[in-house]
Amino acid sequence: MNFSNIISEIEKTDPEIYERLDTRRNVMKGFGNLTGKLALAAVPLALSSMFTKAYGQGTSNVNDVLNFALTLEYLEAEFYSNIVASPVYATLPAPAQGALSKIAQDEAKHVLFLKSVLGAAAVPKPTFDFTAGNGSGTGPFAGYLTNYAVQLAMAQTFEDTGVRAYKGQAPALISNNDVLTAALNIHSVEARHASHIRQMRRALGAAVPAGVDLKPWIDLKQSGIDAPFNTAVQSSYDGEEITSQGGVNLLTVGGMSFTAVAASAAFDEPLTMAQVLAIVDPFIV
Amino acid sequence: MKQRTSSPPIQEEKIISPYGLQRRNMLKFFGASAAIITIGASCKKDDNPMPSNGGINLGSGDVGILNYAYALEQLEAAFYLQVAATPYSGITALETAYLNDIRDHEVIHREFFKAALGTNAIPALTVNFSSINFSDRSSVLNTAKAFEDLGVSAYNGAGKLIVSPDYLTIAGKIVSVEARHAALIRDLLSNGTFADSVDANALDVSKSPNEVLAIAGTYLSSVIDASNLPTS
Repeated sequence: MNFSNIISEIEKTDPEIYERLDTRRNVMKGFGNLTGKLALAAVPLALSSMFTKAYGQGTSNVNDVLNFALTLEYLEAEFYSNIVASPVYATLPAPAQGALSKIAQDEAKHVLFLKSVLGAAAVPKPTFDFTAGNGSGTGPFAGYLTNYAVQLAMAQTFEDTGVRAYKGQAPALISNNDVLTAALNIHSVEARHASHIRQMRRALGAAVPAGVDLKPWIDLKQSGIDAPFNTAVQSSYDGEEITSQGGVNLLTVGGMSFTAVAASAAFDEPLTMAQVLAIVDPFIV
Repeated sequence: MKQRTSSPPIQEEKIISPYGLQRRNMLKFFGASAAIITIGASCKKDDNPMPSNGGINLGSGDVGILNYAYALEQLEAAFYLQVAATPYSGITALETAYLNDIRDHEVIHREFFKAALGTNAIPALTVNFSSINFSDRSSVLNTAKAFEDLGVSAYNGAGKLIVSPDYLTIAGKIVSVEARHAALIRDLLSNGTFADSVDANALDVSKSPNEVLAIAGTYLSSVIDASNLPTS
């Protein structure tokens, strides 16, 4: 369980984290007593409510956001590093190798860039369990190193989640033009990666649910990822299905009608920091 | 130019036609055509707004940025409507499906901004696609790549100019879809080039409105006046 790790990592850059959480101490104490399935189920909710209260919009400082981003980039960089070193990589055709190697390099550069911006305030790299087993090594993605389809499903989910994570933090950076622009410049790279990984999954044809037309963009809230992994990734896609923006109904606009598929895919949706932390929680030991 | 209140298919056709430049608009914009070339060069300092060029004024503040986005989405939508109306030779079923999806996304973006801006919206722009050969795959996809990369860099560069967190979020919701398009179009041209736009730090490109409009202006008969846009 990485719950206390997340807090302690944040404490390194935000010494006031415990003060922010002061009124939630009982929640944290209670959390320590939870075990097994109950604890697993409680983590997202506990994290969600705690972070929402501790870091309401506008109170996050820039370093908090950057360290949050760095943690996600650590995750992606190590994942792709593992992928290109995995047994299946050597068996892939050159275009697939090239794409995965390119993305691996991009993510590694994002890590270096964010560390250089943060300097001494940068959080260290966590220990990851890419099976999503919270350190057990037996999570739903166990065996991913020898299964290319699962690797691509995970890659897609990480990229799509990364896009939503950066998007969600943009308002918290609104007062710092340079950092905001840098974050936006990473955000669109993650979207480019997501687009390509989705094309790779389409070309592979494997592990895509029957009847789903997997595209470079997100239709409705479809992950395009088949059982048994669909449930593990769905929270990365929930909320993407909305068809109205800023009070404008996109199904009927300007005298024209559009499908819910088109209206939802035309806009990607943000996730809050708490939602993203809950999603990546099983991957962090 | 008259502002349309709705977009029935026939009017749509007229607006997007590469040769649909109406005569009075032609006369109106001929005199101003020299000004658009200097958009990028005329502003040396960021905090020194360039003078008005007499074109369609985007306005100031967040409304100006939304109109700026609306202008770019009009350009993209018009392009993909034309691509769908006159598909290039040799187009595959998958390419058609992708390009139709992108057309829908861009038209939705355009109509979203028009609706959101209400009476503050700039009029419908007149495009000039005379440099594009719509029957040629390479011409179409290279233009699409230019538009999508331009759109990504425009939204990335406009983020810091936006005051409202809600509008910033809206811009963020759109730019990642443009980046998904850009990556696909790049891959259709040359598989694996989806993120070749990035710099040494693997960061994507951001451009100022003046830089973007200097490029977009080459595909517009309408002249855009960005002189009141925020610069920081």
